[in-house]
Amino acid sequence: MSTDRVAIAFFFGFITLTLGITWWASRRTSTAEDFYAAGRSISAGQNGFALAGDYMSAASFLGIAGLVSTSGFDGLIYSTGWLVGWPVVLFLIAEPLRNLGRYTFADVVAARLDPMPVRISAAYGTLATIAFYLIAQMVGAGSLIRLLFGISYELAVLIVGVAMMAYVLFGGMLATTWVQIVKAVLLLGGAATLAVLVLAQFDFDPRVLFAAAAAQYGSGVLSPGKLVSNPYDAMSLGLALMFGTAGLPHILMRFYTVPDARAARQSVFIATGLIGLFYLMTFVLGFGAMVLVGPEAIRLVDAGGNMAAPMLAELLGGRPFFGFISAVAFATILAVVAGLALSGAAAISHDLWASVIRKGHPLPGEEVKVARIATVGLAIVAMVLGIAFKEQNVAFMVGLAFAIAASANFPALVLSVFWRRTSTAGAAASMVVGTTATLALIALSPAVQIDLLHHDSAWFPLKNPALVTIPLSFLTGIVVSLRWPDAQSAERYAALETRLLLGAK
Amino acid sequence: MKPATPATPIPAPDLLDATRVLARTRWRVAAALTLCMVGVYFGFILLVAFQPQLLATLVSEGLSLGIVCGAAVIVAAWVLTYVYVSWANRVYDPALATLRVLRATHDAAVAAGSSDVANGATR
Repeated sequence: MSTDRVAIAFFFGFITLTLGITWWASRRTSTAEDFYAAGRSISAGQNGFALAGDYMSAASFLGIAGLVSTSGFDGLIYSTGWLVGWPVVLFLIAEPLRNLGRYTFADVVAARLDPMPVRISAAYGTLATIAFYLIAQMVGAGSLIRLLFGISYELAVLIVGVAMMAYVLFGGMLATTWVQIVKAVLLLGGAATLAVLVLAQFDFDPRVLFAAAAAQYGSGVLSPGKLVSNPYDAMSLGLALMFGTAGLPHILMRFYTVPDARAARQSVFIATGLIGLFYLMTFVLGFGAMVLVGPEAIRLVDAGGNMAAPMLAELLGGRPFFGFISAVAFATILAVVAGLALSGAAAISHDLWASVIRKGHPLPGEEVKVARIATVGLAIVAMVLGIAFKEQNVAFMVGLAFAIAASANFPALVLSVFWRRTSTAGAAASMVVGTTATLALIALSPAVQIDLLHHDSAWFPLKNPALVTIPLSFLTGIVVSLRWPDAQSAERYAALETRLLLGAK
Repeated sequence: MKPATPATPIPAPDLLDATRVLARTRWRVAAALTLCMVGVYFGFILLVAFQPQLLATLVSEGLSLGIVCGAAVIVAAWVLTYVYVSWANRVYDPALATLRVLRATHDAAVAAGSSDVANGATR
C-alpha cells in the first residue's frame, strides 16, 4: 500500500491537535502532583474515556479484527478476555488504590510496610511489564506505519518515540490524559461508523452477517477452532488477560488523576461500558472483513491479518475513510505508548529516586526533573528495543506483558490491601519471584525455544506462563509473610484499614 | 456525665470496630462479585477448551452458541459492574458518610480533652 495523502493529513491533524493539548497542559504542570496525577483534576467521566483510551491498544483494534477475519470465532476469546479484567479492577483495586496511594501502585503496597525493599521490587515488576508492553506497541507502530504511509520501519519507530516523548515530557499526566480521551473518542467513533457500514450490507442484522460468513467459509468459523488446541494454554492466557489488567502500571496510575475513590469507581464503570461496546463491535468488524474483504486478501497484505480493519474501511468508505481509520490506529499506538512511558518514568523517579535514594525526602522540584530525564531514557530504550524486536508477533507480546503484570504486581497489591499478616518480606518476595519466574518461564517456553531459537523442544510446555506464575506469586507472598512476619504489623494494619475506607485526609 | 445525644462521640475501639465491619462488608461484596466474574469467564474458557462441539450448535440461522456465550460474557461483565456500583451508591457511600461523621465527632472530643473517649472507657 503506497503513501496516502488523506491518511497523512488526518495523521498530522491528530499530531497538531495533541501537541496543542500538550502546550496547553505544559502551562498547568509544575508540581509532582500535576506531572504524575494531573493535579487530581480529571473528572470521573473524563477518566473513564482515558482508561478506555489507555486500554484499547492497536492490539485490540487491528489485532482482534484481524484474528476474527482470518480465524473466525477464536479471535473472540481475546475480546472477552480483555474485558473481564475490568470488573476485577473495579471490585478489588480502584478504590483502595485511590485511598492509599499518591502516584504509583507501589505507594499502596508500601503504605504499611518497609518502603525500601517494597519499592525496589515494585519498580522491577513495573519496568519489566512496561518493557514488554512498549516493545509490542513499538513493533506494531513500526509495521503499521510502514504499511500505511510507505515510510521505513525505523523512521516510523523514531516518529512514535519522539512524539510520545513530547507529550510526556512537557504535558505530563494532563496532556497524556487528554491525548487518551481524544484518541478514545476517535477510535470508538471510527469503529462504530465502520460497524454501521458493515451492518448496512446485512439488513442491520448481525445474524445475517454471521450466516454469510458460515455460508462462505464453513460453519467452523462460528465455533472454537485450532487457535485453542491446548486447553491449558487457553486457561493460562485467560488467567493472564483477566488478572493482568489489575496489575498494569499505566492503568493503575490513572486512578490517582481523579479527586476521590467514588470518582475512581465511577470511572471504571464508564470504562467497562465503553470497552465492552468496543469489543462487541470487533465481532461485527472481524466477520465483516471476513465476508466482504476475504481472509486471503487480508493475509496477502499482512500475514498477521492486522490490516483487516483498514482494508474494510477502504472497501466501504473509500480512500478518505481508509485514511481516517489508519490515522486513528496510529494515534491509538501513540497514546498507549505515552501512558506507558509516563508510568515507567514514575516508577523510576517516584519509587526509586524519591523514595529509595532520597529516602522519601527529595529536594524541591527534583522528582519531576528526574521523571523527565527518565522519560527521555525510556523513549530511547523503547526506540532501540522496537527496532531490535522488529517482526515479533504483537498480540503475543502483549499477552506476555499481561502475564508479568498479573504475576508481579497483582498478587502483592491484593495481599497487602486485604490480608493483615502480609509482611515486607512477603510482599517484596512475591513481586520479585513473580517477575523473575514469569521472565524465566517465557524464556523457556515454546514461543522462545522453538519459534524464536528454533530448538526442537521447550523446557516449559505453556506459551503463556500465567497459570503457574500467578499461584506461585500468591503462594510466595503468603509463605514468606508467615515465616518472616513484621513487628507491629497489626497496629499498622489498623491505621491502614481506616485510610482504606476513608482516604488519606 | 454527658447527655446521650446522637452526636455523642464513640470511643476509639468502637470506631475501629465500625470501620472493620464496613471494610469486611465491602470485601465480601467485592470477593463475591469477583468470584462471579471468574466463574462466568472460566466457564466460557473451559467450554471453549473442552466442549468446542457444543459451542458449534446453532441457536438460529448464523448464530452459534459460542458467539452467544461470548457476547454473554461481555454482558455479564456489564451487569456485575452495574451491581457493584449501584450497591456502592446505595449502601456503601452512605455508610462511609456515617463513619466520617463518627470520626469527626470522635476527633473533636479528643481535641477537647475528653479522656473517656480517648481511652475508650465504657459510656
